[in-house]
Amino acid sequence: MNLLLGVLAAVGRSALNVCRTIGSLALFALVGLSHVVRPPFPVRRFITALVGMAYFSLPVVALTAIFTGMVLALQSYTGFARFAAQGAVASVVVLSMTRELGPVLAGLMVAGRVGAATAAEIGTMRVTDQIDALSTLSTNPMKYLVAPRLLAGIIALPILVVVADILGVLGGFIVSTASLGFNRIAYLHNTFQYLQTMDVVSGLIKAAVFGFVIALMGCYNGYTSRGGAEGVGAATTAAVVSASILILAFDYVLTQLFFAR
Amino acid sequence: MNRPTPKIRIRGLTKSFGEKRVLDGVDLDVPAGTSLVVIGGSGAGKSVLLKCLLGLVEPDGGTIEIDGRNLLALNAGARRAVVARIGMLFQNGALFDSLPVWENVAFGLLARRQIRRAEARARASEILGQLGLAASVGEHYPAELSGGMQKRVALARAIAATPEMLFFDEPTTGLDPIMAAVIDGLIIDCVKRLGSTAIAITHDIASARRIGDSAAMLHEGRIVWNGPAACLLESGDPLVDQFTHGRREGPIRMELCA
Repeated sequence: MNLLLGVLAAVGRSALNVCRTIGSLALFALVGLSHVVRPPFPVRRFITALVGMAYFSLPVVALTAIFTGMVLALQSYTGFARFAAQGAVASVVVLSMTRELGPVLAGLMVAGRVGAATAAEIGTMRVTDQIDALSTLSTNPMKYLVAPRLLAGIIALPILVVVADILGVLGGFIVSTASLGFNRIAYLHNTFQYLQTMDVVSGLIKAAVFGFVIALMGCYNGYTSRGGAEGVGAATTAAVVSASILILAFDYVLTQLFFAR
Repeated sequence: MNRPTPKIRIRGLTKSFGEKRVLDGVDLDVPAGTSLVVIGGSGAGKSVLLKCLLGLVEPDGGTIEIDGRNLLALNAGARRAVVARIGMLFQNGALFDSLPVWENVAFGLLARRQIRRAEARARASEILGQLGLAASVGEHYPAELSGGMQKRVALARAIAATPEMLFFDEPTTGLDPIMAAVIDGLIIDCVKRLGSTAIAITHDIASARRIGDSAAMLHEGRIVWNGPAACLLESGDPLVDQFTHGRREGPIRMELCA
């Protein structure tokens, strides 16, 4: 009986902790977003965050996208050859990249690169009293540290996804025309034949949501970190893991929203 | 004759973290233009006391009056306006790693939009000069400076907006005795020049006697002694005597196990 009560108590505590974290995260997001629209907005900090998130993530996102496009073309070709459907390779590559792989892979890459860096930077500021110092210098830490990063995330990821979409399709084009024997003109024609505006737009909306999630998890985990270097390390790990899982979860929800009939 | 209202008056201040009562009814008065040093062992609640004054920690009870107005009864905007009149030197400097020294020093001025960036750079150089640092230091980043230089930069940041009140959290921790004396001298100069009311918390008795007009000892969340800083070594109070002379034996029992 005692064992059962102990298990129930542990489950209850965990459930309460989850509810507390969700509530605290939601409040954090709302306060952060409110500072985006409430002047003054720290434009200089926003530009720095945008450059860090978009420009410096370009190489890793570009390489990921181009290789993914190449592998996708190869796999589709070998798979579809069994049904004599190789002609669908171009459409599969472009639809997969714009709808799914562009936003998801760019999101996961940026979560690893930027989410970790954000959590580490803000976490270090927390444990070295720099966040308290901001408050004593007439600066709201949420406005100075969080709001510019949230907006930068919402804007940077769609930019990166446009690049990822183009390079992913280019990767597929290179492999298909150079080693699979596709005609260049026919491949390009097939690429655009079934592509609709909604395919690209849905990917960009997903990207904006993922960018917000990455920035939010990086800021939240850094801001709430405690306990010196170990706490900052734990915050960094939590930022990357939680952002990655949320990206995949939101990907399903948004896909259901956009494409379920 | 009526005594003038102290610049800072604390009454019955309490704060607990979980079951641990860190502040247990702190009473303190700091007259305008004077310096109070708060001494006490590690974990006595000194830093929490300063954080309560700065609004970084919300007390559970009591009052904090500044110029006769209870800080805890003010709305957020009015409280921010009071805190803006306080300069704070944090224990480890808490300089912003991502900004050059000049921008750290002028941060408060830029945040309050009192000054343009070009003027801020010149003003930062001027303040750094007052603290014996070359203007070229302003172009460095905090990580490139020694501990003593970082403390001076942090002091420069604290005084940049000419605050009415200055708080110092362990200003000489981690410094050699000569550099500690230099920092103490700079603190005394700054407080006198600005005419500020100062509160410093420290373990360093030599530093406490140099920078304080008066001193108070915080023990188990309460002020157990209050008197002139010059009398710290001859207070006659067994708690203060044990602490200031660093004796193992006495009424203060240190917790060696967590």
